[in-house]
Amino acid sequence: MVYDKRVDGRKFDECRPMEAKVGVVEKAGGSAMFKIGKTVAVAAVYGPRELYPAAFQNLKRGVLRCNYNMMAFSGSGNRVRPGPSRRSKEISLVTEKALFPVLDLSAYPGSVVDVFIELIQTDAGTRCAGITAAAMALADAGIPMRDLVSSVAVGRVGGKIVLDLNKEEEDYEGESTDIATAFSSRTGEVTLLQMDGEVKREELKKALELARAGCEKIRELQINALRGRYKG
Amino acid sequence: MGDIIKQHLLNTLSNGLRLDERKFEDFREIFVEYGISSKSAEGSARVKIGRTEVVAGVKLDVAEPYPDNPDEGTIIVNMELLPLSSPAFESGPPSIASIEMSRVVDRVIRESKSLDFKKLCIKKGEFMWTVLIDIYPINNDGNLFDAASLAAIAALKDARFPKLDKDNKVDYNEKTSKKLPLESEALACTVLKIGNYFIVDPSVDEESAADARLTVGVLENGTLCSLQKGEDVALSIDDIDKMVDIAIKKTKDLRRALK
Repeated sequence: MVYDKRVDGRKFDECRPMEAKVGVVEKAGGSAMFKIGKTVAVAAVYGPRELYPAAFQNLKRGVLRCNYNMMAFSGSGNRVRPGPSRRSKEISLVTEKALFPVLDLSAYPGSVVDVFIELIQTDAGTRCAGITAAAMALADAGIPMRDLVSSVAVGRVGGKIVLDLNKEEEDYEGESTDIATAFSSRTGEVTLLQMDGEVKREELKKALELARAGCEKIRELQINALRGRYKG
Repeated sequence: MGDIIKQHLLNTLSNGLRLDERKFEDFREIFVEYGISSKSAEGSARVKIGRTEVVAGVKLDVAEPYPDNPDEGTIIVNMELLPLSSPAFESGPPSIASIEMSRVVDRVIRESKSLDFKKLCIKKGEFMWTVLIDIYPINNDGNLFDAASLAAIAALKDARFPKLDKDNKVDYNEKTSKKLPLESEALACTVLKIGNYFIVDPSVDEESAADARLTVGVLENGTLCSLQKGEDVALSIDDIDKMVDIAIKKTKDLRRALK
């Protein structure tokens, strides 16, 4: 079956409606909310603070530690079992790797920057929404950064390359490929790349270009949200 | 210490060679042995890539299908980084490295649809086969990702269904000659970026010096079925393009060892 119209009527290169807000957790050093379609992520940054046990300290630079979690009620099906899973641990790892390249933690040897990401509602693209929120929270916390990171999923649904899959598209007739990406948009470099499902060699490049363009739009939104927090 | 190794490595690479004198896109010798635990496991295999050695075993079990896929069986992949196999691996709960490796190998097989999950259904909504793939390193001399995915596919190729009694209970004492519905053989090939160089089949030292890692799942016809980027440095789209090309090309070396 040809996928010539998206399930929610979007254009193939169009993200779901987005919303970004900086400064949503008063106690945190920095925080942000990012909403894309029905997926809602909140991120908060604590630190730099001393890292214990001391064996985990890096004496040359600060350490970034991310924790991704889906709230128990955040899925539309069964309750998500609380606590870390293999999936959430892997996502925490790739989130760290997605954010680390733009950070400069050289001023914080022996310290840790903690990033906590919570998903309040999920409809696909949760790791990407978490990364987008976390990048804003890190900027809000005043952590030295070379650039922002913006993150979005692309994929192949019914043979078409599409931007920002929702859950229905992710599950589309067993013929769906999901590619989670994150870009440091100033340099155009990829800091997150994970793919599940089949794609032809040539399609991958097209998908990455589409993701990059999508991340540009997200970046604008992130910058506006950060400006909104600090103007006046 | 790490910085010294990295500098030495970069100097060697700038001369077009690696520490063990291989070229950038050379694999070490690859060796696959089938049926290493054929009395116990339904399928098993040993893979050696140079001095790296990995074993994998398949056990089959009957369970109730998941409600969202009532007519499909499933796989569970687990890899444990044994302290027996390397001074760098520690006892205790699964490390994040072992979780990532398990999940990457899982996705290479699952997302390629190498196994026909529909054919693993015994009775819709009631009974399905669960294919449990367990992978252990025996000696880690680098490139566990590729060795693990090769071992998993080899063990799946080797596996035969055990007998089912009339209540759909497994009789492990009796194996049938029926093979698993393995429709294709997806394999992982990992490419590292160190400085401006791309290499395959890394040693442990090369792994510790890597700026970025890309593990690519590749099917027989060159179609990609999974990607996983690792390590701390960003990649350009052009880098990714080159690394994917290398992976597609080099997967053929791994595939040849499957026979």
